[in-house]
Amino acid sequence: MINESRRGFMGKAFGAVAAVGAVASLVAMKKSWDPLPSVMAAGFTTVDLSKFTGNKLEIVKWQGKPIFILKMAADMPAVEKRSVKVGDHYYSVMIGLCTHLGCIPAYRDTTHDFKCACHGGEFSAAGVHKFGPPPRPLDIPPFTIKDGNTIVLGEAGAEYKALIASLSTDINIA
Amino acid sequence: MAEFEKANSIGEWFDQRLNVKAFTKVMMTEYWIPKEINFLWAMGALLVMLFKLLIITGIFLLMYYKPDVNMAFDSVNYTIMQEVGYGWLFRNIHGVGASVVFLIIYIHMFTAIYYGSYKKGREMIWLSGMLLFVLFSAEGFSGYMLPWGQMSYWAAYVITEIFGGIPFIGGDLVIWIRGNFYVADATLTRFFMLHVLLIPVVLIGAIAFHFYTLRFPHVNNEEGEFFDYKKESEKYLAGDKANSKVIAFWPDFLSKDFMVIAIFMVFFFYLVFYNNGFAMDPVNFDKADGMKTPAHIYPEWYFLWSYEVLRGFFFEIGGVSGKDLGLMAFGFAQGIFLVLPWLDRSPMVKPANQRPVFKYWFWLLMADLFVLTIFGKLPPTGINAYVGFFASTTFLGLFISLPFLTTIESKIVGGK
Amino acid sequence: MFALYVGLAVAILLIVLNIVLSKISFPKEARILSIIVILVGYIYWGFEPFAHHEMHPHVEDASFAFDGKQDIEALEHEGKDATEAKTFWATIAKIAEHKGDAVAGKALVTANCTGCHSIKTEGFAEVMSDADAAASYGVTPPDLSIAGRVYDRNYLIAFISNPVKAMHIEHKYPVGGEKVFPMPSSDFMQPQEIADMVAYLVDSASKVPAPKIKEGSSEFEISKATNKEVFETACVRCHAMNYASIQAKTSAEAMSKYIGATPPDLSQYIRSRGEHYLHNFINDPQRKLSGTGMPRVGLTEKAQTQVVEYMTQIGDSKKDEREALGPKVLIYLTILAIFALLWKQKIWRDLH
Repeated sequence: MINESRRGFMGKAFGAVAAVGAVASLVAMKKSWDPLPSVMAAGFTTVDLSKFTGNKLEIVKWQGKPIFILKMAADMPAVEKRSVKVGDHYYSVMIGLCTHLGCIPAYRDTTHDFKCACHGGEFSAAGVHKFGPPPRPLDIPPFTIKDGNTIVLGEAGAEYKALIASLSTDINIA
Repeated sequence: MAEFEKANSIGEWFDQRLNVKAFTKVMMTEYWIPKEINFLWAMGALLVMLFKLLIITGIFLLMYYKPDVNMAFDSVNYTIMQEVGYGWLFRNIHGVGASVVFLIIYIHMFTAIYYGSYKKGREMIWLSGMLLFVLFSAEGFSGYMLPWGQMSYWAAYVITEIFGGIPFIGGDLVIWIRGNFYVADATLTRFFMLHVLLIPVVLIGAIAFHFYTLRFPHVNNEEGEFFDYKKESEKYLAGDKANSKVIAFWPDFLSKDFMVIAIFMVFFFYLVFYNNGFAMDPVNFDKADGMKTPAHIYPEWYFLWSYEVLRGFFFEIGGVSGKDLGLMAFGFAQGIFLVLPWLDRSPMVKPANQRPVFKYWFWLLMADLFVLTIFGKLPPTGINAYVGFFASTTFLGLFISLPFLTTIESKIVGGK
Repeated sequence: MFALYVGLAVAILLIVLNIVLSKISFPKEARILSIIVILVGYIYWGFEPFAHHEMHPHVEDASFAFDGKQDIEALEHEGKDATEAKTFWATIAKIAEHKGDAVAGKALVTANCTGCHSIKTEGFAEVMSDADAAASYGVTPPDLSIAGRVYDRNYLIAFISNPVKAMHIEHKYPVGGEKVFPMPSSDFMQPQEIADMVAYLVDSASKVPAPKIKEGSSEFEISKATNKEVFETACVRCHAMNYASIQAKTSAEAMSKYIGATPPDLSQYIRSRGEHYLHNFINDPQRKLSGTGMPRVGLTEKAQTQVVEYMTQIGDSKKDEREALGPKVLIYLTILAIFALLWKQKIWRDLH
């Protein structure tokens, strides 16, 4: 009944211009959903390592996640490609979430390793997986070493970049 | 189960299951609207557009707003206005939209009064429309409370206090409404619930109902003419669109609606960006303080006429206190528009300029409402108070006299 | 009543317009639209600009001369005796004629002022903590590092001579009354000495480097930092600004005891008061809010602009974004309206 060709072009043109506006509105709506600037700015945690003792696990929060910082005691050797040297000591700096399904493993200071209660996974003091379902070592968060005994989690420093570059998935030591 | 044959296209597939073709005809392409209309007939669609904008912007505001007396103000004026991407834009659209929607509601309402679109079969359209006015007023009132500025707080305080004027149950009723002895966190959270859930849901239902009420009596036209829709629609469908007195809702009526809406949006967004003080009053950028009433306190512009009727009676008459007189007049003003179809005793359905008596009544009412609105904003001192009193009594007088005036009119025009 | 007369004029205009337009066959819809536009315009005028004008009577604009002229005019307007004020400001003008010596001034300032005031950039540290200072004096004495730059010279001379008169808060410290302003008047000093002290403050302020800003900061951030410096000197001893994470140097309870009310948080004052009001208010609070405890601040026009600009940068930080987006949106919508109009005309061509 309605002559398509006559109103067709103008109608489609109008529809197209309206669609441009609709898309722009969707972009604005997407931006409203973005994490707030204050949230993004707060993604840094500064940790003072000077009071840490060997073989005692310290947990700090970074971006809502638990971060394991474990100072290597005299009888705990540093592990190449895993341990971080800050000042005169070596540390493990890792995200404390089991790489299997995300539970927080517990540290056993007698055996110098981590045991995950959920499905029995085990990690060495350097965070390398050695038993059970976990598929890979504990992840290392971005960090940077600041003058002396401080690290800032969330900022990717030179040491972190070097670590990541050298990491390979077939690391598997007891 | 019904027999379904294989469909030859996606359109046919849906049509077999949902009767899309018939639905489109009934709702759109064969929903007949009179042709003799002007752009004022687009106000309804414009209201739908504004309501849509309010809901969408409301959704984004809802993501960040905190309905707590300690956090509300900052969640709006810091988080939304200054942190959230385009938060300021959504807030401005929402605030300006809430104010402008009442402008369009009033134009829409007074168009209906002018053209007599509330009588002779159209009473339900009018009643459902007035229900929408009440719901939008409640929505506006509850929404204004949320930023928890000085105006938010004191408007809430004064309006809830009004209920204290109801005999016997007043005092307890006020406490019950507020959820506390004064306007407190309990008040904020319950009005948040109303604003964000209950009233919008009821509004959507009421809008759908309002649309339904339009169908059987048919939309009115500029001359108030009653004609044969069957005959005119047949003319249209036969191809003689130019001589038919009707047009199809889609695409004819809606194409004009879209044009009016698009032109209006230029004006609307100008207000959103450059001139929003009338909707986002500066006084509301002070945090609510229950210990300090602002020097100048007033409701939003669309409530001013009502507010002036409330405070128009400031001295005792016949033993009744000014306060009680004002309350009674205020109550009367809220309800009287509803019964307009029964106050107008003349059967004429014609634009006001063709009605010998009604035309004066209409413009006098408009003038009176303008005076009430402007003086509702001015400090009620000196001569302003007396102007207010005069305007308030005129308002009451206009409605009380309408049945008599329209009876006279119907005699003049010989019952046409 | 004025609103009613205007309304009457509008009504007459509309009646005439309606008759004329219908006679010349002006399109009906355009006629209806013009009636609506005029009516809406009238009612908007009534409840916005006109009403606000009625609620906020006009006040003389800010004067940066700091010569006491407006104070004297105000007194005479109220029918009060202005001789004391006239004498005072005449004295100040005389002192201002002296050219100050910064070196001599330094010795005087060191001897007379650093007992309470810190001048950090000149090596004079705070004598006691903010809280202790507030407890001792009622309010924390401000640091004077950039005082010579942000405060007007005449004002500084007047302030050192008689703080209460310079600040225009005589109503809070009536002569012979119980309350005494914590900073003593120095009008016993020689005019040359006062001029020297002010010269030292101006000189030391000019040596203060621009505030350190993080590398790669935007223009907005740089501007904010320079403005913040002025704001902190001029306002923060009494006012907090939450949205900038600034606490007042004097606690709210101490301020309440000091001037009888808590100075408001300034985070949204650019929105609740507006630029125009703030300019007039800061320049002389008594003219806008008679009886207030807030002192005349004595900022130069440049410094005051910086303060108001800072209030905008904190209170309405999206202003630039909003003003940039506005024209784009309006242009788009105009184009959309044109397309809508063209489509409507296409459809309705068959119907007429």
